Amino acid sequence: MTFSPELEARFAKMLEQYPPGRQRSAVVPMLLYAQDEVGAVTPELIEEVAKRCGVTPLQVNEVVGYYSMLHKKPLGKYHIQVCTNISCLLVGGEELYRRASQKLGIGNKETTPDGRFSLEEVECIGACSWAPAIEINYDFHHFVTPERLDQLIESLRKTE
Amino acid sequence: MADLVTFTIDGKAVKAPAGTLLIEAAKRAGIEIPSFCYYEGLALQAACRMCLVEIEKAPKLAVACTTPVAEGMVVHTESPTVATARKAMLEFLLTNHPLDCPVCDKGGECELQDMTFRYGAGESRFTEIKVHVDEKQWSPVVYYDGPRCILCYRCVRICDEGMGVGALGIVNRGVVSEIAPNAGDHLVCDECGMCIDICPVGALTSGAYRYKTRPWEMTHIGTICTHCADGCKTTLGVRNGQIVRGNNRDRSGINGEFLCMKGRYAFDFVHSEERLQAPMRRTGDNFEPISWGEALEMVARKFNEVKSRSGRFGVIGSNHTTNEENYYLQKFARQGLGTSNIDHHRTGDIATLVDALSGREDALATTLDLYDSKAILILANDLSQQHPFLAFQIRANRRHHDAHIYVITPGPVREDRYAVRSIRAPEGAELEAVEQLRDALQGESGLVILYGDAVKGDAVRRLVAFGDSLGIPVKYVALVDYSNSRGAFDMGLTPDLLPGYQPAPAPGLNYDEILASPDLDVLWVVGANPLKDHALASPGAFVVVQDLFMTETAKRADIVLPASSAYEKNGTVTNVCGQVQRLKAGAKVMGVKPDLEIMGLIGREMGLNLGIWKPDKVFDEIRSAVRGYNIPVPALAAGGAAATSPLNGRAPVPARPELIRSSRDTLFTSGTLGRYSKALGELLEAPGSLYGGR
Amino acid sequence: MPLYNEPSPLEVKVLTRRFGLPNSASIDTYLANDGYKAFLKAVEMTPEEIIQEVKTSNLRGRGGAGFPTGMKWSFVPRQSPKPKYIICNADESEPGTCKDRVLMEYDPHQLLEGMMIAGLAVDSKKGYIYIRGEYRYLIDHMERAIAEAYSRGWLGKNIQGTGKDFDIYTHSGAGAYECGEETALLDSIEGKRGIPRLKPPFPAVVGAWQSPTILNNVETFCAVPAIIRDGGAAFAALGTPKNGGTRLFCLSGHINKPGVYELPMGFNLLRMIDEVGGGVRNGKKLKAVIPGGSSCPVLKAEECDLAMDFDTVAKAKSMLGSGGVIVMDEDTCMVKAMLRIMRFYAHESCGWCIPCREGTTWLRKILTRFHEGLGERGDIDLMGDIAKNMLGRTFCALGDAAAMPMISFVEKFRDEFEAHLAGSCPFGQVHELALA
Repeated sequence: MTFSPELEARFAKMLEQYPPGRQRSAVVPMLLYAQDEVGAVTPELIEEVAKRCGVTPLQVNEVVGYYSMLHKKPLGKYHIQVCTNISCLLVGGEELYRRASQKLGIGNKETTPDGRFSLEEVECIGACSWAPAIEINYDFHHFVTPERLDQLIESLRKTE
Repeated sequence: MADLVTFTIDGKAVKAPAGTLLIEAAKRAGIEIPSFCYYEGLALQAACRMCLVEIEKAPKLAVACTTPVAEGMVVHTESPTVATARKAMLEFLLTNHPLDCPVCDKGGECELQDMTFRYGAGESRFTEIKVHVDEKQWSPVVYYDGPRCILCYRCVRICDEGMGVGALGIVNRGVVSEIAPNAGDHLVCDECGMCIDICPVGALTSGAYRYKTRPWEMTHIGTICTHCADGCKTTLGVRNGQIVRGNNRDRSGINGEFLCMKGRYAFDFVHSEERLQAPMRRTGDNFEPISWGEALEMVARKFNEVKSRSGRFGVIGSNHTTNEENYYLQKFARQGLGTSNIDHHRTGDIATLVDALSGREDALATTLDLYDSKAILILANDLSQQHPFLAFQIRANRRHHDAHIYVITPGPVREDRYAVRSIRAPEGAELEAVEQLRDALQGESGLVILYGDAVKGDAVRRLVAFGDSLGIPVKYVALVDYSNSRGAFDMGLTPDLLPGYQPAPAPGLNYDEILASPDLDVLWVVGANPLKDHALASPGAFVVVQDLFMTETAKRADIVLPASSAYEKNGTVTNVCGQVQRLKAGAKVMGVKPDLEIMGLIGREMGLNLGIWKPDKVFDEIRSAVRGYNIPVPALAAGGAAATSPLNGRAPVPARPELIRSSRDTLFTSGTLGRYSKALGELLEAPGSLYGGR
Repeated sequence: MPLYNEPSPLEVKVLTRRFGLPNSASIDTYLANDGYKAFLKAVEMTPEEIIQEVKTSNLRGRGGAGFPTGMKWSFVPRQSPKPKYIICNADESEPGTCKDRVLMEYDPHQLLEGMMIAGLAVDSKKGYIYIRGEYRYLIDHMERAIAEAYSRGWLGKNIQGTGKDFDIYTHSGAGAYECGEETALLDSIEGKRGIPRLKPPFPAVVGAWQSPTILNNVETFCAVPAIIRDGGAAFAALGTPKNGGTRLFCLSGHINKPGVYELPMGFNLLRMIDEVGGGVRNGKKLKAVIPGGSSCPVLKAEECDLAMDFDTVAKAKSMLGSGGVIVMDEDTCMVKAMLRIMRFYAHESCGWCIPCREGTTWLRKILTRFHEGLGERGDIDLMGDIAKNMLGRTFCALGDAAAMPMISFVEKFRDEFEAHLAGSCPFGQVHELALA
């Protein structure tokens, strides 16, 4: 398996930044970055990361199910993560989640048939003082109102 | 020895070395602190929280499995607070544990069940929906029922730390965490089943045993595995004469919790449809069953006839039969038939080692030495495949004592992964390769050297000379293949050595010579299969075979006598390290007789007086007649192992390297016997190969 | 770079002093505003002197546990032949907490400098910043700052001719609250499941890759340059006894001016809500406050007149925690709030030990049913009992973090739980989420 030149460069750097013989340390970040490019943590990706980091596929598999951001099923091009944890909950996080679900026609951890959007109700994303907040892929959006959420989704529908 | 500290446990003043874990110190003081995840010898987890105890002046309950004892510590292991806490832990455990004890294999010997009885947590306040996932089959012998799993991680650790395989892991997180196999939906591993035995609940169950019976319906017979030479104790679960399972959950015997695939599952040959259950007589190209009376009379008549005309006998004994049988067989041959043409399939050079070490008191290593020695050198053997228990001991030694492992093998082996040095050397070049390790070995404080069949004859003498030159205490193990290979040699199943390695006055024909002799009149084979890979040169030889199956050799026989397997008889066997242990009859098979009895009856039919053929009586004779075997009987009687003592006096024999031929069995083969085990045959990993690095 | 929220005039800006400056994240801005001066000063100090200065400052860990930082550093066996590592815990995940984000975003070099000084204190040459995976933009941001520091000779070999070497790398998490626990973080950075380790040995002795390790929160490291530059005593003087300096409080919930504010340790909680945060929004009355992130026992409105330092909040039977001050008004359904908190802990329990793994899920299931109006009378006591059976008996603090709010909610708002037994939520709130 090969990745984009940028990712390959990142992986090369990653494997060097840990102490000698400790390449296993790269397993989690490598999976996450590779998932962004591949779309999901596939069995092939698990094999590949195991090979690159010098561990068994089982050792990689153990990690995959542990970390919430690693997904074996493909995510949408835009992964909409709505925080409903306590600080967001108090100021409308649930309403945002409901709105997103209705607008996209999908439930938690589901992906739209066209593969454009996926939705996830997430735990605290560290935007408590600017709640309610959502994260689309890795972009934070603060003080999100239902109307603002609609606009965001509409604008993403129009992108390539 | 660490300093002793004094502390109080349940009002009892106790001393223990500083640093001892509270749970262990309590056990030694006779107080059992319950636990699921703690397992002596494996990494500490502190996960199940069952071993909570109250330590005075501590702010909260402490876990006994990770708390070292300290001077003046006052511990309460069963105070009301502790009992309440344990009951609460059980309540937590049972929230998602199905209450399917009536159909669970573990019911009746389940640690969770026992604990629930003990702490009275039988009624749950949990009324929510339980987490459910379906049961999975991971191999022909391993099943996993996730909901029953309490996540104590014993299986993960025994597979990784104990076996060096690491085939089990933990996937997912939180309440949906579960154990997972290494090959996606199935296991690729040693199939040892250690994970099943070590499981405190019914999460991991055995494909061979599932739903067959309940623990209390079986008789539990502790005997010795009949496959490789390591001599593991296996506890046979027997119901109505049928072996239903093999395990070693009580950690008894030299092997503790260890058992490999063969010890745990490959008992099934006993009840194979191919077992011979009546004596057979050749009629042209076919065989017809005859009565024991007829068969014994025919054999005796032939033996007497050949003996009376001073005809030529050839006797080939077994690597699987008991010491008593082997001793009796050589006595029968030498005294009853008047021949020294007796041998067996030699799989390792013990004789030269015994001679080279003559006069030394402490130069033969036992399985305990493998766990204690500061350094281990493995020559020409894929230990994890050929001697799985010895490999297990060595792994434990490295884990617990940081022992240094050195490897010289023709190909990659599992031991490479934790060896301080691994050298690849073709077979026969081991003695050159050891020189590369001289400096490192000289720095060790003690060493055990194990060598495979490639090191034989003069190489053994050179190896001992090398050991002597290191200037450190060195002990040796001559690696041999089968459950009583060592005993066969010790009992004098060779043409040139009598029992106890006494030189025979007039050596007879050896294994190859017997088979190659064109004018052999009688070939008597007891529990061996020489014609698997040899031709019998004498066309007119009358062949008598005692065996379990219609082997290649049995097919050439004139008379075939159905014999009992090791699991159906009493007696003793001597393992690769010279430790003697007792076989105890478990299974019952109709129509067969133990080889000792068969020999006794033939002798009686011939009118010989070779002594009583009861195992205990023969063993008494062995104790007085065989050098090294004057071992304490009580230890044996109690199911323990007694080490044969080293020999004092030479055992001068010509080195016959050409006769030493290991069968090169893997973890999943076991000579001719292994062919009749379905359990071995149906494994994905079978037959496996040596030097694959697994 | 606009700030997420307007600063408050009541703030005492030490760690946040450069926030709002043009290009505050750039090394030039940093250098022009006392940046890296503390490092150069520390180079001239002995390790003992650095550690002493940190001890004098009364700096206590800002991740939540409040352990004295100088003492933690002093546990590192400096003479050990093993390499030593400086690891920054930027796995900010405690609900209600969002301070590390702004510290990294607006002043990344301050964090780098704090880590470098820690390196001098224990003879370490390598630092890693473990950043939660969701903060990808901050990983990129920190990497830019690190690259800038290398290019300007503030990282790498022979920093500024001092003869000192130090490297810093980032490491991405991938979504696991438990990895904020320091030993779980260590397992995670080694490429494993983030399962907490047995202690002892403590990370200072056996930490990352079996080597001595200093592990501190972002805010803790960020306080270090000021401490070295202006002296530990000056920092200590900003706070209350044994609670040195300022800290970043994250005001969230039903408040008019939510935001992250740097205030002196010991700042009064009611004043914080009213004067810094502009009071409860929509003119509502205050019902309750969780003072330090969702793990902390809740305080009723009448308990909120207290100094926000570790010891005073502990005396009120709660915790200062991570500085996440979650404000709840009179219309808040406490059952629902508790349910959401418990859903979080059940989701994040690593599953290692029995009481946490099973207890959090059990509580979540009862609370879900209870909030849907299917509660039974015995459930209220049962929930308290389950939590008490977890408390102090789990492998790590996550079990306690789940148990403590549960116990406090039942104790302090029992009436609301009782009201739910009537069949519905008295606040008309329904829990409709798909997740169970």
